Amino acid sequence: MSGRTLAVVSAGLGQPSSTRLLADRLAAATAASLREQTGEAVTVTVVELRDIARELTDNLLTGFPPAGLRAAVEGVLAADGLVAVTPIFNASYSGLFKTFFDVLDEGSLQATPVLLGATGGTARHSLALEFAVRPMFAYLRSDVVPTAVFAASEDWGSTSAEGGLARRVDRAGSELATAVASRDPASSRPRSVVADGFDDPVPFEQLLTGR
Amino acid sequence: MQFGIFTVGDVTPDPTTGRTPSEHERIKAMVAIAKKAEEVGLDVVATGEHHNPPFVPSSPTTMLGYIAAQTKRIVLSTATTLITTNDPVKIAEDYAMLQHLADGRVDLMMGRGNTGPVYPWFGRDIRDGIDLAVENYALLHRLWREDVVTWQGRFRTPLQSFTATPRPLDGVPPFVWHGSIRSPEIAEQAAYYGDGFFHNNIFWPIEHTRRMVQLYRRRFEHYGHGKADQAIVGLGGQVFMRPRSQDAVAEFRPYFDVAPVYGHGPTLEEFTEQTPLTVGSPQQVVERYASMREHVGDYQRQLFLMDHAGLPLKTVLEQIDLLGEQVVPVLRKEMAAGRPAHVPDAPTHASLVAAAGGPHDSTVHAVDDVTGQSPDADPTDGRTLELVR
Repeated sequence: MSGRTLAVVSAGLGQPSSTRLLADRLAAATAASLREQTGEAVTVTVVELRDIARELTDNLLTGFPPAGLRAAVEGVLAADGLVAVTPIFNASYSGLFKTFFDVLDEGSLQATPVLLGATGGTARHSLALEFAVRPMFAYLRSDVVPTAVFAASEDWGSTSAEGGLARRVDRAGSELATAVASRDPASSRPRSVVADGFDDPVPFEQLLTGR
Repeated sequence: MQFGIFTVGDVTPDPTTGRTPSEHERIKAMVAIAKKAEEVGLDVVATGEHHNPPFVPSSPTTMLGYIAAQTKRIVLSTATTLITTNDPVKIAEDYAMLQHLADGRVDLMMGRGNTGPVYPWFGRDIRDGIDLAVENYALLHRLWREDVVTWQGRFRTPLQSFTATPRPLDGVPPFVWHGSIRSPEIAEQAAYYGDGFFHNNIFWPIEHTRRMVQLYRRRFEHYGHGKADQAIVGLGGQVFMRPRSQDAVAEFRPYFDVAPVYGHGPTLEEFTEQTPLTVGSPQQVVERYASMREHVGDYQRQLFLMDHAGLPLKTVLEQIDLLGEQVVPVLRKEMAAGRPAHVPDAPTHASLVAAAGGPHDSTVHAVDDVTGQSPDADPTDGRTLELVR
């Protein structure tokens, strides 16, 4: 498969949702910049966590993903880059947003370029991106781009399309595009960078001697 | 092919009445269930081992010894024996004793145990789970095969010239299965020894089971125990039956909805689609389980979980009647059809004795403290085994 893929994870709950609106803006800006930088086609896959909210809870309880969630996870893990956007609840990401990343296998998003976004009522919540969301992706060892975009109610009310939000979106999108463009396409890489004990088991003699 | 039942031994309230059985009732119910399993012609009954509430079976060989005395034919097994927190010396002794008392009707399934807090109660650490399973089983394997063992390892007190008694019946150790849900290391361990591999798939999609079993089969062949399709595979299962499918669903749903492990999550319909749980008529159960070998190949042992989630004893006994009368006889025929001749049955004591060239008394006699002689004295067999590491 030629071209690049972007996955978008949106944890917005309303319909329509300002979180999804921001996610779409970030994805569009990234895709435009990526096309410009690589000349390749860009495919965007959106995962609305609201649609798989029950399946996420089931996964927590049963330990395995139902079909819809499994497809969503596979889509995200196969992408070249990820746009992850959450509403800010109680000074942090929403529980639904975290649950999606909690059910991924360890190492799944290691080295994946990620752009973070968040929404909230006022700009007073904006640093939650830096003290809550970014550390989680640091733990996942993802490659998070420097600009994270927060959109408050006042940003959506701005009459100027050239206002601060548009500039932040473009800057963040171009950072993610640059990070994605600097890597080989995911479709050309081995599917998983994590050693798989099923395909490649540790020989028992090695287990027996304590490695 | 062997068919049987396995139990976790949980004490769970019956959600339809709110009543919780006492530990005493539950323990007696486990015995009644095992006797019913033999009565209806099942081949195996296996008990779990747990050391924390709400589970009762902390002492499996006591339970199995009692059942052995009240049954004649059924094979007694475990699901699982904690190879991590039990002393392998004690496992060697306890199960050899059980093997003698039960005239060989004994095998075991090794498991690690997945409850972190249990490990420290036995001086262990769950983070060492795999290493404990590897080292402890390596010692157990020797204790049943070598009369005198000198050994040193990482976890247990060293052994100098130790003989585990009684020696295995007829000189043949109990057959061992290794149970694991997610750990490729355990499939690898089972393959290395040529032991059985049991995938307790009751809470898992069949794709995952297939992957685990394929790994075990591939490595079984790698270690030279036979072809991949000759490896010894067991699967779990979970069913609830009534002659009319809709009655089964209506009766089981309140138990399903609040069951330990999966309750309060997926619907009964979703979970039956995603996992081997089958709720319906005996015919539906037959169809579902007859299809398992399409995913994992011809296999040797199918165990069903029947007594859980607070189901009353009377219901469980009715379920085992249905299993023995309407499901297993049909499944035996279905599973035998088209099964290649080179695919073996699960080993039993009789088959292992035959493979060993017949029974031999493996009694080890003590050295006489007056003469210094042993009736077993044989200069060529005066083995002092060197340390493995």
